[in-house]
Amino acid sequence: MALIEQEDAEVHGRLSEATAGDFLELLKPGVMSLVVFTAFVGLIAAPAAPNPFLAIVAVLAIAAGAGASGALNMWYDADIDAIMSRTSKRPIPSGRVGRGEALSFGIVLAALSVMTLGVLANWLAASLLAFTIFFYLVIYTMWLKRSTPQNIVIGGAAGAFPPMIGWAAVTGHISIESVVLFLIIFLWTPPHFWALALFKKGDYDLAGIPMMPNVAGEASTRRQIFAYSALIAPVGVLPWVLGYAGLFYGAVSALLGAGFLWYAWKVLVMPAGDLKMKPAKALFGYSLLYLFGIFAALLADVVISRIGWPGF
Amino acid sequence: MSKEHVELNPAQKKARRSRSIAIGLALGALVIIFYIATIVKFVRPVLEHAM
Repeated sequence: MALIEQEDAEVHGRLSEATAGDFLELLKPGVMSLVVFTAFVGLIAAPAAPNPFLAIVAVLAIAAGAGASGALNMWYDADIDAIMSRTSKRPIPSGRVGRGEALSFGIVLAALSVMTLGVLANWLAASLLAFTIFFYLVIYTMWLKRSTPQNIVIGGAAGAFPPMIGWAAVTGHISIESVVLFLIIFLWTPPHFWALALFKKGDYDLAGIPMMPNVAGEASTRRQIFAYSALIAPVGVLPWVLGYAGLFYGAVSALLGAGFLWYAWKVLVMPAGDLKMKPAKALFGYSLLYLFGIFAALLADVVISRIGWPGF
Repeated sequence: MSKEHVELNPAQKKARRSRSIAIGLALGALVIIFYIATIVKFVRPVLEHAM
């Protein structure tokens, strides 16, 4: 009976009990805030002075595009979201929003965000945004996520594009500097998600998602986490090495990178039978702090160098 | 011949009102954004060029 009612509610949208807040939840606000921040830093770090209003609109369009990706991801993944404890309270599995509603909402928002960025910034940035949405939905969600333990390694590219889009929105081109910003997030993604997968292994087992700990085992995952962390630490310093960030950024990114390696080392030497997985949880939390810290440092560095802080 | 009539319950009415307000606000924001953006991006350069 409940199923029939739900089906009916999907066919006749007028019977929906979804509130505006439920639709907002479809946008994955937590992920979106990181996307907005990294896109904003990419936009500010670019060597051009955009009109402040158009810059804000560009960031809003990128945020809407990221939100659309989230809604489309929830539309496709509703079946496995219902199984995992971390995602079972999302709007679709909890019955607050119909799958059809989420799909329509995602498509409209995606089209609107890409068109807005194209018309008000430039079509290179809009194309990158459209490609990001396509990559996240089709390449990651529909294909890789359920078929290979390398899912988040390749799929991580979708989350790495925002600073590059912000950069392109201002300059109209892609350069080595924006590729480095892309690389930082791209290399950050595997240790971040594998740390989560270590202590949520049971969830992924239930849902049948081939995350690295479920397929290759915990020991192999811990080694791979450390390998990626050893890469992210030096790559994080590259903006200073390449000369488009100053000494302040260089020092902060080196410290943050050393911290990342330290937390990854704790995960590497974690005892095999550790059920509490404290080091993995600590790395997961630190990785969020790392990404925010490194982009905040770049933002501060760029602002300081432009306004001419004494001593810099 | 009788026409089918669907009566919304209070929860559905409340949800519909919430969605309507959100759509209205979003559309209003879009109008304002495109109005200002048009002036900033297209009108101002033309005026500066003319002077």
